[in-house]
Amino acid sequence: MAKSIAQEFKKGLWDEIPPFNLVLGLCPVLAVTKTIAGGIGMGLATTFVLVCSNLLVSLLRKVIPPKVRIACFIIIIATFVTIVKFALEAYAYDLYNELGMFIPLIVVNCVVLGRSEAFAYKNKFAPSIADGLGIGLGFTLSLGAIGAVREILGTGNLTFNILGQFKYEATEIFGSSFEPFTFLIEAPGAFVCVGLLLCLMNIVGKK
Amino acid sequence: MKELIKMVVVLTIISSLSGGVLAYVNDLTIDQRDYQNLINNQAPTLKTILEGASNDPLESKFEVKYGPKKMKCYVGVFDGKPNTVVYETYKSGYADKVYVMVGINLETDKIVGIGVTKHTETKGYGADAKEKPDLKNQFPGLDIMQEFKVKKEGGTIDAISGATITSAAVCKAVTEAGIRYKELKPELETQVKQFSN
Repeated sequence: MAKSIAQEFKKGLWDEIPPFNLVLGLCPVLAVTKTIAGGIGMGLATTFVLVCSNLLVSLLRKVIPPKVRIACFIIIIATFVTIVKFALEAYAYDLYNELGMFIPLIVVNCVVLGRSEAFAYKNKFAPSIADGLGIGLGFTLSLGAIGAVREILGTGNLTFNILGQFKYEATEIFGSSFEPFTFLIEAPGAFVCVGLLLCLMNIVGKK
Repeated sequence: MKELIKMVVVLTIISSLSGGVLAYVNDLTIDQRDYQNLINNQAPTLKTILEGASNDPLESKFEVKYGPKKMKCYVGVFDGKPNTVVYETYKSGYADKVYVMVGINLETDKIVGIGVTKHTETKGYGADAKEKPDLKNQFPGLDIMQEFKVKKEGGTIDAISGATITSAAVCKAVTEAGIRYKELKPELETQVKQFSN
């Protein structure tokens, strides 16, 4: 168990990258990755919740009785999710509209609850933050990657604009004669996309 | 027994701390959230209801007291007369509250137009109350002093198919606007005079 903080951070980026190698938290992954902006926005919201809840759970791990730990975790997670919801509604309304129902649903995202239960409840706060940050960034990158693939192939465009700060816009990447592969924008397309990316990761990982 | 007490105490403390923090964050962001709601939901609806008004409805507003709360009213000036007020009411829909803006002509007591603003109804079903004109276009011209009901509940309004509950919520919200109108009409009439020139 004596891993360094850097190792705890790094494992979330490849070895235990959430939607792929852990295959956890698939519900929001399928729903919000129609565009890269939705994917990254959802990922960052989840990262914030993960880091804060991991920190609090690990600080309170000696106080929380084992029998009511899940209830305590849920209260802590739900609090941070509501804070994220308020913040997005106040300062990033477009993203709030796009993610909609899936912001409150972060509460029951098993990646978040899973890290509290499997890691933060058993570890000190520094590794717990590193763990939350690593898993969260891994989740963000994965969602961004799935969103990018689906948006590029599904619409032929790629646009994102996060809080008006990071803007990128490319239209008709494959030229005007490209017929968008609209299947990828639908929910089944998300399954296929996740499956193919996971397959790709396994091939690369085995070498 | 000791363990039981500890569980109760810890859960209670965590819950109440959580409640306190959320109340604080709510207070902190409420102005900005109201502003976003105004820009993104209320302003477009207001403009559709008061189409053709010679003033800027967003700028022509006043507050009246209704019960313990203050209610924001927007005024539309037509042909030089400030004869239309718009305000927002809400009723519970399928998912959560459905907010409806209702525009009423003070001279004829008739509905000028309605529009759904904030809601969390299902896309493709309840959300059509806002996105599509079918439901809201049934209201203009009707007398506000009546109870609106969807046909299924014995009324006259055609519900959106697959979204009876949302449609009924819109009807109830418009009815609520009528109830408020009955009580507040004298005050509204005095207040709008400040916008005539």
